[in-house]
Amino acid sequence: MKPINSVVCIKPVPDQRFWDKVSLDKKTKTLRRTGIPIALGPLDKNALEEALRIREASGGKVTAISMGPPGTEEILEWAIVLGADEAVLLTDRAFAGADTWATAYALAWGIKKLGGADVVFFGNESLDGSTGQVGPQVAEFLDMPHVTHVNKLDLVGEDALRARFHIEHGFIDVEVKRPVVIAVEKTINEPRCPTLWGTIWLRERKIIRWSADDVGADKAKIGLPGSPTQVSDVITIELKRKSEILSGEPSDVARLLVQKLQADSALPKG
Amino acid sequence: MKEHKGILVFAEQRAGKLSSVGLELLGIGRKIADKQQEELAAVLIGHKVGPLADELGEYGADKVYLADNLLLDVYRSDAYTILMQEVIQQYKPNILIMGATCIGADLAPRVAAKVNTGLSAHCVGFDIDDQGRFVGQVPGFGGAVMASVICPNHYPQMATARPGFFEKLERQKGRKAEVVKVDVKFKEEDLKIKVVGTFVEELKSRPLEDADIVVAGGYGVGGKENWKLVEELAGVLGAGVGATRPPCDEGWADLERQMIGQSGKTVRPTLYIGVGISGAMHHLVGIKNSKVVVAINKDPNAPIFQAADYGIVGDLCQIIPRLIEAMRVSS
Repeated sequence: MKPINSVVCIKPVPDQRFWDKVSLDKKTKTLRRTGIPIALGPLDKNALEEALRIREASGGKVTAISMGPPGTEEILEWAIVLGADEAVLLTDRAFAGADTWATAYALAWGIKKLGGADVVFFGNESLDGSTGQVGPQVAEFLDMPHVTHVNKLDLVGEDALRARFHIEHGFIDVEVKRPVVIAVEKTINEPRCPTLWGTIWLRERKIIRWSADDVGADKAKIGLPGSPTQVSDVITIELKRKSEILSGEPSDVARLLVQKLQADSALPKG
Repeated sequence: MKEHKGILVFAEQRAGKLSSVGLELLGIGRKIADKQQEELAAVLIGHKVGPLADELGEYGADKVYLADNLLLDVYRSDAYTILMQEVIQQYKPNILIMGATCIGADLAPRVAAKVNTGLSAHCVGFDIDDQGRFVGQVPGFGGAVMASVICPNHYPQMATARPGFFEKLERQKGRKAEVVKVDVKFKEEDLKIKVVGTFVEELKSRPLEDADIVVAGGYGVGGKENWKLVEELAGVLGAGVGATRPPCDEGWADLERQMIGQSGKTVRPTLYIGVGISGAMHHLVGIKNSKVVVAINKDPNAPIFQAADYGIVGDLCQIIPRLIEAMRVSS
């Protein structure tokens, strides 16, 4: 079997346990994330796991790539500890403020600089933005087909993959020739745990850092200036309601609630 | 004169049936179109789906771009992208909205990259601002914040929309849309994705999104036995049963059909009753559009009480049987 080289795109996300610490700067309309640790998104682990499994079956290389400010190395180190052969961080002030289009453009140029890939993996959606848009857009920029929502993946023949695309209440099985972009769901596999070997491995490997110039990206197409969408306003959500607490004996409270709901026309009147 | 005009909605169909979100988008699309005095069109892709065009007209579309071909029988991103690109380049819509279903979320970003425009994701609200720009409201961080996203210099201004957030119009029997055929110029061998199988489960019960009353349970329900109480209450009310994530993980409820929230379903019932739900933001955002919210929880400090119209602090094993009784008596 031909060796298969995979690239796994991972995204640094604010650790979910600290989301209540994210606050809104009312003046600049930006989110304050200072002091909030970053983490490897859960689905990124599934994406990496799937790439490692393919390497075990067919040989080849697994490269993790991410775009982010300095400090993002930490999640790429995780990728290496878990088994990636190499890791690349696209880091440059010029990348900052990118929407999905400009992020996908930068990642695509990073992947080109790596010499392309047979399979490019993504987690189906990131934890914070949850857009799931970058994968298909990287595929467009690399002129590869893409399949998202994948919960089953098998190698077929010399140069193809069979993927199960999960849709509402069903699925579509497709066969697609490599190179291809695949975005995986949580149910596709059970990600492995880090081992002691992984940490030893990490000592022998460096995270590669590339700037926009290094990958040859057009400056007009990256970062905030390259983003077709703009955030015009950010607000925190008010979900407060009248919060009338009914108290008393359970049977009295139950009767009272039914009366109130009937008065509000939320229940039919008896 | 503006080069880009009109609102285009992707009318997703699966196995010959229109998705509900497509019709919801015709509802909001109609409002925007009327405000802008522009045309509302739908794009319908599939095989032998012609009759669905009439339905789209009855739900508000002025025009239907119809691509009907055996190669389009089952969704695949490459084939659908080619057709979306053709419709966009030929008819130059100002706005394109697609449902954030599995298929919509797979297709929309590819189309946006193909025609070089921006895409705001999973919107829960749309508006036109005072400069005539299309604004999508995008929730983030589990729903704790809401961003307004615009796409000022690229066309069409694209967005995906969360299912369940917009209202369908009343169906107007006999209202007709003009059908414009879109030719399929590619062959099977031009496509890189081959469909080898498909399966769609026939749904027997009404989807939760359409329920007029929803009773939902959280981890605080405590176990499978108590979960039956939640279901019993729902049964008396003729309600749909929803859940937060933990009951789905525990196997009390079904993730795909019952989970409500940011990464699950959005409900908009007249009455929502949450039992043993603490009220995490990502659940609350999914019940935001309920008319009346009732919370039952034994923890008086549960955040859900702040987001409820009526709250009952207490043990659900005591309260629910009494509530069932009171509801039986009153009806």
